[in-house]
Amino acid sequence: MSSQAPVAPAPAEAAATTATAFEPVIIGFTCNWCSYRAADLAGTARVKYPPNVRLIRLMCSGRLDPTFVLKAFSEGADAVLVSGCHPGECHYIEQNYKAMRRFQLLQRTIEALGIEPGRLQLVWASAAEGVRLANEIARVTEEVRALGPLNWPAASLVDIDEVNLDAAWEATGGDAGGPPETAGAVNPDHAPRPDVVAAAVVAK
Amino acid sequence: MSATARAKVAAGAAAIAKPAAKSSAKPAAKPKLAIFGAASCGGCDIAIVNIHEHILEVAAAFDIVLWPTIMDGKYSDIEALEDGEITVTLVSGSMRTEETVRLSRLLRRKSKFMVAFGSCASEGCIPGLANLSSRKDLLDTAFSTSSTDNPNGIRPVWEYQAPEGVLHLPEFEPMLRTLDQVVDIDYTIPGCPPESKQIWAALQAVVAALNGTGPLPPKGAILGAGESTVCDECARKRDVKKIDHFVRIQDVAGFDPVICLLEQGLPCNGPATRNGCGALCPSVAAPCIGCYGAAEGVVDYGARLMSAYASVIDASTPAEIDKILDGIPDPAGQFYRFSLAGSLLRGSKSAWQNDGE
Repeated sequence: MSSQAPVAPAPAEAAATTATAFEPVIIGFTCNWCSYRAADLAGTARVKYPPNVRLIRLMCSGRLDPTFVLKAFSEGADAVLVSGCHPGECHYIEQNYKAMRRFQLLQRTIEALGIEPGRLQLVWASAAEGVRLANEIARVTEEVRALGPLNWPAASLVDIDEVNLDAAWEATGGDAGGPPETAGAVNPDHAPRPDVVAAAVVAK
Repeated sequence: MSATARAKVAAGAAAIAKPAAKSSAKPAAKPKLAIFGAASCGGCDIAIVNIHEHILEVAAAFDIVLWPTIMDGKYSDIEALEDGEITVTLVSGSMRTEETVRLSRLLRRKSKFMVAFGSCASEGCIPGLANLSSRKDLLDTAFSTSSTDNPNGIRPVWEYQAPEGVLHLPEFEPMLRTLDQVVDIDYTIPGCPPESKQIWAALQAVVAALNGTGPLPPKGAILGAGESTVCDECARKRDVKKIDHFVRIQDVAGFDPVICLLEQGLPCNGPATRNGCGALCPSVAAPCIGCYGAAEGVVDYGARLMSAYASVIDASTPAEIDKILDGIPDPAGQFYRFSLAGSLLRGSKSAWQNDGE
């Protein structure tokens, strides 16, 4: 993503982050009966996988509301990993087929909105496949690392009002310019893009 | 925008931010009503006038201080009002230019109740689809296509030094926003446009509340619509939904008059759309396109609709699913036709990555 390259964190953090590699934030939705237990098994068996994925347990991959995926992207996730029981092995008979269909439909929609389809991935893993899940998480992490940060800026602009805009404007140093503080950013890689915040301020 | 212009805007915002301690208690005046179009097509104003003779009752109940579509008015007159002096302001458009944002903020300050009126103000509507493109692409389309007669490539400039002084055009914002992304709102009346009978019902409720004869709706309430979905109001017969292909309306000679349109393969947005319209479109074999916005409890309209469609697709292998999904050639337009600007993602990456032109 060459167009993402100029994204600059605030100066205070810049020195600390430029030297280190980009660590993607991946939200992983796992099902209670297969993939979460696979992750558990990986842990029990001391199989390592990258800490970039934050696993969230659902009862079934069929519980995955597309809203969860879009919310993850809009609030700073670089990718979303959906995992569940292999087709034909769903604890709830056929709900993972619904997950498969939602996944394919979502991929088309996010692509139309400019998000690379590779940022949404589907992995099947049975409760016995701890190693497989760990390997898949490692693969997805490297693929997303290659894609670069997503930095979807919607989260930094939610609930804009005059007060917030004034604060954002002050944070930029007013007319003196300069990049804004990383208000609300938990990861230096996910600092609000200065140009977007500046655009919001200009929009005032 | 230049640094000096920014400073001016910042100064204006600072003035707006001053607390309003003054009371607006003036005796024997009718409550004031403002109707502001912002970025809209004017259809909402037509829908308001379509309450027919009731419009006279509106005129009798309210002192209309601003309604640019039908009467002359000056922004300076609004600026001269006390804060909170306008009882109800209806904003029927989206936030596209610096002017619409500024006016909406001004009206918010001057109004007791701010109402997002119609789809544009509440969720972005059709103009919100501009959030699929960068501002540069939008301006290129408007001023530089091969069919545009603009040989010198003239583009609008936001500031122009004329001999008589500096002229300003309201700056075109990087992305279109909804009213509630710009100011605090009290109520929403959904619809593109809202049905006239629903408008009248909502206005009656407001008048009753002002007269003390009815309850004041709680802040954040959706007025003039139901709490369910269009499917709930639709008279068509729903059976077991299993879709093995999607069709486009122009490709089919006719549809069964009784059975659900979605079951017949026509992408119908009823499952995610708020009721209140009376399911007019499906009753004449046109699919619901979602103009009444998200149903109660729905966070992201498109997500709900994707979920609904994916649930009923009758396929279980990736290849079969892909073949069926090919029947929806424009997923962003299908799922976010009216709600893109108000959705979780708000727009496409190319819009966010505005090149700043």
